[in-house]
This record gives sequence, structure tokens and C-alpha cells, in this order.
Amino acid sequence: MAKGGRTERSAGSLGGLVASREIVIACGSGGVGKTTTAAALAATAALHHQTKVLVLTVDPARRLADALGLEGLGNEARRVDPAAFAAGGTKPRGDMWAAMLDTKQSWDDLVRRHAPDKSTAERILTNPLYENISGRFVQSHDYIAMERLYELHTSGVYDLIVVDTPPSRNALDFIAAPSRMAEFFSSKLLRLLIAPYKSRLVNVASRPFYQVADRVLGSQFLGDIAEFFILFQTMYPGFVERARAVERLLADRRTTFVVVSTLEPAPAAEAEFFIEVLTSRGYDLGALVLNKVLPDYLLDDEAAATAARLEVQAGAIASTAGLAASVGADPHQLERVLCEIASNFSNFSMVASREAGLRRDLERRGSIVASAPELEGDINDVAGLLALGALTWK
Amino acid sequence: MADLLDRKLIFVTGKGGVGKTTIAASIAWLAAERGKRTLVCDVDDRGDLADLYEVGPLGFAEREVAPRLWAMSMDAEASLKQYLSLQLKLPLITRIGPIARMFDFVASAAPGVKEIVTVGKFCWEVKENHYDLVVVDAPSSGHVVGQLAAPQGINELVKVGMVRNQTDWMLDILGDPDKTGVVIVATPAEMPVSETEDLMARLESETNVSLSAVVVNRVLPELFGRGEEEVFARLEDPGARAAIETELGGNLGPLVEAARLMVTMRRSRTTHLERLRSAVNPDVVMLYMPYLFSRGSGLRTTRQVSEALAAELGY
Repeated sequence: MAKGGRTERSAGSLGGLVASREIVIACGSGGVGKTTTAAALAATAALHHQTKVLVLTVDPARRLADALGLEGLGNEARRVDPAAFAAGGTKPRGDMWAAMLDTKQSWDDLVRRHAPDKSTAERILTNPLYENISGRFVQSHDYIAMERLYELHTSGVYDLIVVDTPPSRNALDFIAAPSRMAEFFSSKLLRLLIAPYKSRLVNVASRPFYQVADRVLGSQFLGDIAEFFILFQTMYPGFVERARAVERLLADRRTTFVVVSTLEPAPAAEAEFFIEVLTSRGYDLGALVLNKVLPDYLLDDEAAATAARLEVQAGAIASTAGLAASVGADPHQLERVLCEIASNFSNFSMVASREAGLRRDLERRGSIVASAPELEGDINDVAGLLALGALTWK
Repeated sequence: MADLLDRKLIFVTGKGGVGKTTIAASIAWLAAERGKRTLVCDVDDRGDLADLYEVGPLGFAEREVAPRLWAMSMDAEASLKQYLSLQLKLPLITRIGPIARMFDFVASAAPGVKEIVTVGKFCWEVKENHYDLVVVDAPSSGHVVGQLAAPQGINELVKVGMVRNQTDWMLDILGDPDKTGVVIVATPAEMPVSETEDLMARLESETNVSLSAVVVNRVLPELFGRGEEEVFARLEDPGARAAIETELGGNLGPLVEAARLMVTMRRSRTTHLERLRSAVNPDVVMLYMPYLFSRGSGLRTTRQVSEALAAELGY
């Protein structure tokens, strides 16, 4: 809301938090609803505020991508059709835009931007190693996501950008990616590797390395790699500067992190780890969003006691004279049904109390905590996103 | 086609969060219990595997964590050192430190080098017959193809040299469906199923490794059988259940509510399950693992899952 007359207010709710920032980064482990949460936050922000909101998503489910008008799109941001809001009976005060992260396209753009001239750019883009490398090296996916974020933010087109982070092996990869990228390009090892190919004099210090490398990889392959990096190094100054700028943006107070998790043990442990790292590195932990949370009535002690009693007494109750007939069942059938609902409740309440424990652990970390229940069916449209958003916004 | 546990090398993968490490740990546990000398290896180094056996942190050196069961954690640099000394017979013990560092650097830049050192270690264990079965807790679906395709990729990129020579025998092991197979773990939810579909296609087109099983994890129970659903529907009316509540001396409301929650949750998963079922080639084994309500953590989980797995495999 930089341009839309941003008002500072205390971020007591998720809505308040989102309204007071320019960048919201949703992070957390896979399968916790990160993409949906990011899209829901963006849609809800567009609904309530007169702003231009962009959701930058990585890998949305097909039907959600459809609903956002993302199908078949590359990096280009598209406005989410206001009709999609109208279909849910709402009229947004702002605009919602959506873009998908196309790693390959983003790398190509990056090369074109930083190469000293057109022909070097073309040589890099057509190098046989480039395709492999742009897809793989130094957490390129993570770096490119943050790089795109920087690009979009500095374009000044959007008031708010909500980012869905790529699934990483390690949730921290994308935070570390910009600095790792900068280190990579300033690395002594990179210079050592390409030195002999730059001059004909093989550096004495690196000789044993080349002997081994030669035997293992063959000098032709090594030559290909070196040539590629010599070309790539021409982009060094721009690249490093850029990576540093991206790093600064993540730490900027206009940026906040929203940790998304479910209350299953593994994602919760990852969320806890993530919170710890964000806090210790001085990033802004804005909120914790808990998805697929079981309803509170499962924690009710009296209901649990009733369930335990019913499990034992189901047979006796079902054979009470006239009782089964009153619900149109035979006693045996009724016994089975009562047993099932009793043991189902006990099962669920076991899971719910485990969840409650994990929730307490996470809540101790402070910050805003918002939670949404397990929803019926998947979210495939803007109305669904807004319904989810409404649950967590206040 | 060979029985799942009769293979030599199994890569367990799937979308993040579906429980692939638990399944990998349980497959290995079951194999060891059934008399096979088994090695299980954690590739992502997050310590989850060690937790599932309740042993301390795992290292690159294989450690016997239960009878006939060895566990390790992949470390590309250590694997490279072993590779250099074992396979290339390089007398570099003293200078291997800086060289390995250099390699680590090249490996992070050059395509496939890190991957081939990783996959190479597993293939090597199979080739040398050190174990009856090697189970790999592989990277998630987004990354596993890069690993499995590495030998082929290197084969195309590197024309000469030791690595090139090494890839030939690796490809033989990886490409033999009786020896090597991928197990994809999915849960009956939209994204895990979509990722499974994509991964099946990519395995087919980009690697020579075949799919041997799809594990559907966390399948919710069906509460009511034939005719029972109607009885339950009637219990949803508070008036109809009043007599039962008097008899029981408690409120059935929350119990009925919870049962309805389960029925809805299961129903919403069924469509995804159907989609998965129709996408998987009928030759591929599908194993259904129940949702574990009592899921604690550690060895208890591993044992429970491996028992369920044994039942599914018909042991």
C-alpha cells in the first residue's frame, strides 16, 4: 500500500499485518496448503483494500490455476477476472493479479539483463550446459523465486505482493539463496576452475585437481564447464549486486513472513524450526497460519467420556427393548453404528489433543496465529479463496 | 515381475509431506525382519530416518540399527571420496580434502555430478552384492528425476573419462525392472495425486528406471457398511437419538458430528483416490496404508506401518 496511502496500524490480525506490508512471503513445508493460503491472502486483500495485489505462485493445483486465469501462462502477470469475484457474490475494492514462476524463463531474462552484450547472452543461452545448470545449480529455483520477487517489487506496479515459496528440501534454502548466489560468483574456487582456461598457464596450485578432474570427467567436459563459467562470469558484477539487493529486500521491514503449517508432527516441527531461524536472523515473523485444524469439540472431555462409555455399552444399549426399532434399525446394526461413532470419536480426539499440544508449542513463539479448519473439498475458485481468507483474516 | 522386496534397489519418493520417509523406513524394516540384509539411506539429511528408528544421527558410514538392518545418511562429498579411492584407485588420501572441496564446488555447478556420486553409491552397493536390498529415502518428486536421470545425462554430456565408463554399469542396474524400482508415495489429495501423475510420466520419458509400486498413504477408514449409513443418517436427528442418550446418560451430538466429519473427509478424498487409480498402470502394485490415529513417533510408527505394509503385500 505504498502508494495507496498506507496507514500504519498495529498488526493484531492477519488482515492488519497484510495491510501494513508490501511483501508477504508464505513459507512452510510441502503439503500444508501454502499455495492456497498465499492465494487466499491475496484475494482477501484485494477484496478489502483498494490496492493492486499480486500473488506470485510456484506450482498451483490445476483447477486453482484455472480459476486464477493462470493456465498456460509463463512469467507474465495476469489480472484475475473481476467476474471470478462476482461469481462468488463479491465486488473487490482492489485488483487481484496472479503470476506463476517460470524458472527457465526467469533465468533467461536474468542472463539477458546481466550479460555485457547481446552476443554473450546468446552464447550463454545456447551453451549445452546452460539448460542443465539453470535448472539445477545452487538452489536455482529458490534464487529465481526471490529474484522475481525483487523484480516485481521494484517495478512499483503492485502495492502488495504475496509470494508462495517453492518446495525446498530445506525451508531455509530460499532465504539463503541470494547470498549463496553472490558467494558462488565471488568464489575463489570458481576463479581457480576457470583460470587455466583463461590463460594457457595452468596454475600450479590447481594441478592435482586437474589431474583428478581429467581422469574422472574428461578434459573436454571440464573445458565445456569452464567455458560456460567464463561466459557466466561476465555477468558477475550485476549478478552479485542484484543478489545483495534481493537479500536486503527480504530483511526489509516492508517484508513479512507468514509461516504456514498443519498440526501434523513433521510440518509442525519444520514450522518451529523455520520460526526459530527467521527470528534469529532478524527477519520479520508476521504470522503463523495453521491449516486443516480439527474442530474444538473433539477436545471436549465430557464427549470423550461419553464415547468411551458408549464403546463399552453399545451392545447393551442397542438391545434395549424398542430402542433399535425407534431409529429403524435392527439391534445388531445399531450396535455397529454406535460402536463406530464411539471409536471414531476416540480416534479423532486422540489426534485433536496431539494437535493441541503442537499448537501450544507453536503459539509460544509469539506472533499472530490464525487457523482454518479442514475444508470440504479443494479450493478451486475465488469464492473458495475468499471463504478461506475470511476464516483467517480477523 | 519380481515381488517388491525381491528387488535390489528401491527409490522411495513422493510429494513433500506425504510420509515417504516413514514408508521407506518401514519397507526397510519389513525387509530386514523377513531375513534380508538391508541398507536404508536418507538422502535429504534431515534426520527423519534416524528418528524413525530412534537411533542417533546417521552418518555416511553404514550402521547396523537393528538385526540385518543398516542405515546411513548420504553425503555427496564423502561418497565422492569413497568413489575416488575405491573405483578410481587414486592414491590421494592425503590431498583428498581440498580436492573433494573442489569437487563439491564443481558438483554444485556441473550438472549431474553430485547426483551421479549419490546414485553411484547405491548402484555400487548393489553391484558388489553387499546387501540383499538397498532402500533409498529419495528426494521428493520434484528432485528425484534429476537424480535418477543423472547417469544417462552424464553419459550424453561426458564423452570420455572414468565417469563415462562408470555410467554404463549403473545404467544396467537402474534399467533392470527386476533389480531396481521406484515407489511413489501419495496421499489421496489433489496435489499429491497430480504430482504422482507428472512423476510417472517423467520417469517414463526421462529415466530408464521403472515404477514398481504406488503407496497410497493415510487412507481414512470407511465407518459405515451397507445399510448402516441410513441408520447413521437417522441418528443425525436429535429427536431420534434422544432415547439412546437417556440410556447412555450422555450427549451423542459431538460423536455424531465427528462421524459426519470423517464421512465428509473420506468422501472428498475418494475422488482423488479414483483419479490416482485410473492413472496408474494396472501392472503397478498399489498398496493402501491406513491413516494411523495413534501415530506416535519413532519406532512405534515404523513398526505399525511395516505391519500394515506386510498385510498389504500379503505376508
